[in-house]
Amino acid sequence: MSYKAIYVIVSREFKRFFRQRGRLLTTIARPVLWLFIVGAGLMRIIDVRAHGNYMQFMLPGVIGMTVLFSSIFSTISVVWDREFGFLREMLVSPVSRVTIVAGKLLSGTSLALFQGTALLLIAPFIGLGVGIKEIVLMVFLITLVSFSLTAFGLFIAAHLDSLEGFNVIMNFIVLPMFFLSGALYPVENLPSFLRYLTFVNPLSYGIDSFKHVLLKGGGTLTSEFPLSLDIIIVGVFAAVMTYFSSRAFERR
Amino acid sequence: MAAIEVRDLVKNYNGFPAVRGVSFSVEEGEVFGFLGPNGAGKTTTINILCTLLSPTSGHAFVNGYDCTGEPGRVRSSIGLVFQDVTLDGELTAYENLKFHCYLYNMTRRLTEERIEEMLAVVGLWERKDDFVKNFSGGMKRRLEIGRGLLHRPKVLFLDEPTLGLDPQTRFRIWQFIGGLKEKEGSTIFMTTHYMDEAEVCGRIAIIDNGRIIACASPGALKNSLKGDTVYLKTADDGRAQVELEGKFGLASKRLESGLKLIVPNGEKVIPKILSGLAVEVNEVNLKKPSLDDVFLHLTGREIRDEESAAGGERPKAERGRKRVARMIMR
Repeated sequence: MSYKAIYVIVSREFKRFFRQRGRLLTTIARPVLWLFIVGAGLMRIIDVRAHGNYMQFMLPGVIGMTVLFSSIFSTISVVWDREFGFLREMLVSPVSRVTIVAGKLLSGTSLALFQGTALLLIAPFIGLGVGIKEIVLMVFLITLVSFSLTAFGLFIAAHLDSLEGFNVIMNFIVLPMFFLSGALYPVENLPSFLRYLTFVNPLSYGIDSFKHVLLKGGGTLTSEFPLSLDIIIVGVFAAVMTYFSSRAFERR
Repeated sequence: MAAIEVRDLVKNYNGFPAVRGVSFSVEEGEVFGFLGPNGAGKTTTINILCTLLSPTSGHAFVNGYDCTGEPGRVRSSIGLVFQDVTLDGELTAYENLKFHCYLYNMTRRLTEERIEEMLAVVGLWERKDDFVKNFSGGMKRRLEIGRGLLHRPKVLFLDEPTLGLDPQTRFRIWQFIGGLKEKEGSTIFMTTHYMDEAEVCGRIAIIDNGRIIACASPGALKNSLKGDTVYLKTADDGRAQVELEGKFGLASKRLESGLKLIVPNGEKVIPKILSGLAVEVNEVNLKKPSLDDVFLHLTGREIRDEESAAGGERPKAERGRKRVARMIMR
């Protein structure tokens, strides 16, 4: 492992992120659109006044969505680099494959962490109190979830030949993962077939852990699993995906 | 010790032989060229030497290191400039070079020193903070070649270094590479299918269908043809042909219009023919042998025919690259 190489791979991803205006704008606009357009609309028909409001309920889900999209999108850079040849600049250097994977993992995780944490700034505006303790806890949980999803994204990206394939992934993996994660509605109200799908979706546990920290009202619109279970499942998913993604890159 | 040593190298892609038993060696400080049409096995050979592909059988050594057994050592001792651009357009010229230096684990001070020096060499110091996506093809090429040299590799591999560039830019790149050899004393291994480009090399291996069919200096290769070509257009080609045979003992060939004859020394023969022939000569043309002729002589085909038959060079290169990329990553 070369720390210098990891540093330079991560700093490249950050530079690219902040230089691509469209990407930066999407990152800011997407959660705001969901919260204040979808959320505001649904708030009118979902009556949960007793346990806070629907927009508050959506915040942990929207953070989860942002982390999901950001993690998966940052791994598209692997496909991108392969398509445009830059990957070979790395592959013919003395840097090991593991170092390249570590660099991509670290950059994906930190970019998602940065975006997810920034959303906490919205909390006071929708009436959610967030103190130091909550922020520290959220940073820890977002890091864990981002890491697991980036590893998952890298595993997928290692098997993709072209950018077109990425669209398929978006529609058939990323969006269902978001919709079936309890981000928009409580899992327990779902028909049983769909409910089982949410149980195998690691993002459900990630978002559930965010709810533990942010929503304290109790009632139907709060967390549904124990926090320790959330952390264990996301942690195991992260470990398994890290193993498989580094293996996918080792193959020659 | 030879800079590059290759013995009986074979590479099959799914049973299709791309390289069928290639052997050669390159001395330190030499500029060695691989010349051949697209699909001849040039890029495959270079990819094996750069540890991006493993050979089906045979051995390859670079700077004394085994390309299959010690890929890490090979990688730190070589520089590579690919057929197509492998720069990050979203980064500036300076940042692209810095990325490279850090991959090669150079210290910050050394990085700054070398980048400054190299940007001056490739004439891009003024543009160091511009995004690479705004660079012209020639500028990108120069930057890539400079990048390949940042870590002072003992051997620099250039895979079709001027592919797709205009003649003027190609000329500048060649001047630049010529200068590098003088200044840095690097061994250069390049592939090309441009004949004029191959002239720059100290030695050339002509490769066709995965085999080396000739290997010598450009001069020696051309001399091996033993002759210049003279084209004559006369008032009566039939009579001229008979006269050439009778008076000078020269066999000639009838073309659609005119005659073609191969003579050992064109400059000396032409005046004699002109004064000796009774038939009126309208046009004379002398052609010294080119590497094109050498290729034609050795394979019975023109190197350019292959290119147009393959439907242009770009898509093919693209396919090869993707195939290689897949092999590496999957």
